[in-house]
Amino acid sequence: MSEVLHKFTKTVPDWRPRVSPVRLNEATKEQLEALQVTPSNTKVSDYVLVLAHDVETLKIRSPLFNAIMYDRGGLSRAEREVGAVAASIINRCVYCAAVHASRHIQLEKSEELMDVIFASGEFSRLDPRNQAIFDFAMRLAKSPSDATEADMNRLRDTGMSDEEIIDLILSSSLFGWANRLMHVLGDPIRRSPRHAKANDT
Amino acid sequence: MSTIENTTLARMAGLTSNGATMSSLRVREKVVAMTEAAEAAALAPNDPGELSHSLRAALACRAARLNGDATLADYYGAKISDPADQALADPDNPGTGDRLRTLLDFSDKVTASPREATEADIAALTSAGVSEPDIVRLCELIAFLAYQYRVIAGLALMEKTA
Repeated sequence: MSEVLHKFTKTVPDWRPRVSPVRLNEATKEQLEALQVTPSNTKVSDYVLVLAHDVETLKIRSPLFNAIMYDRGGLSRAEREVGAVAASIINRCVYCAAVHASRHIQLEKSEELMDVIFASGEFSRLDPRNQAIFDFAMRLAKSPSDATEADMNRLRDTGMSDEEIIDLILSSSLFGWANRLMHVLGDPIRRSPRHAKANDT
Repeated sequence: MSTIENTTLARMAGLTSNGATMSSLRVREKVVAMTEAAEAAALAPNDPGELSHSLRAALACRAARLNGDATLADYYGAKISDPADQALADPDNPGTGDRLRTLLDFSDKVTASPREATEADIAALTSAGVSEPDIVRLCELIAFLAYQYRVIAGLALMEKTA
């Protein structure tokens, strides 16, 4: 039927909650608002239905997530995804790593960078700019005090602006948050391929 | 809405108001404001379930100490309103009673080594009498804090190397 995945994969898995998702027919008005359920939109992922147990946080988390990953300016969207993937590897969130690797691949129209990262993980050897981004994001994810002034200077040495560095800090840190929900509250599983559908992380 | 200078991110990172880091951070003013709102939702929600505001502050202080962030630990420590929660802010205190001990174990693990969290950790919370909504609330609190002190650490590094 389904198996829990423990190895990283670029193919987006399914996600099975460890906590019962909120049932739509039992949801409060506030939960329905946060879930943005309307008569024409009743499809909500199990992940978001689990998070609906804490509706006050969910209401802010979704727009905050979108602003950090998609707002204009600053770091390119693809490089924000590198920050997300680096954190997801450190936190071993198989689901988030797969989703954000596939976003990177879509944005770059190339699997090259993600192939290296998925083959070598923490020890990946990348071009100087991606290396500085990947290493900094991993260190910040591991422990906030692991990231050092030398790591920061390496980012600056690649020519990154302060605005870009702030976006990298935000995307790596955001996955410190997302991974602790996705990896802790459920399991990545593989069902038959036609059931695969990406959740927002 | 608070101005950017008064937000937890800017204050805890020690950003000077007309410095380079602060001026770049203004580009992401919306993100900073939403982070401030997320702090209120995670630390002092209208519906806290069985996790009081005081207990949340103690857990936040404990997590900041586990990460070696004394400034943030003091900030959250000052918000512990119930004296009974004060001792829980010490990461060496395992807590008393099954519910509290399991809750602290879970918080510490998800703070420091989330990759090691398994289904058994969720089952342990359930067995200790923590409701499913409270499991999600606790997880969101710890997860939000993990985000917040990483942003602070990153901004502080920028400020130091500016």
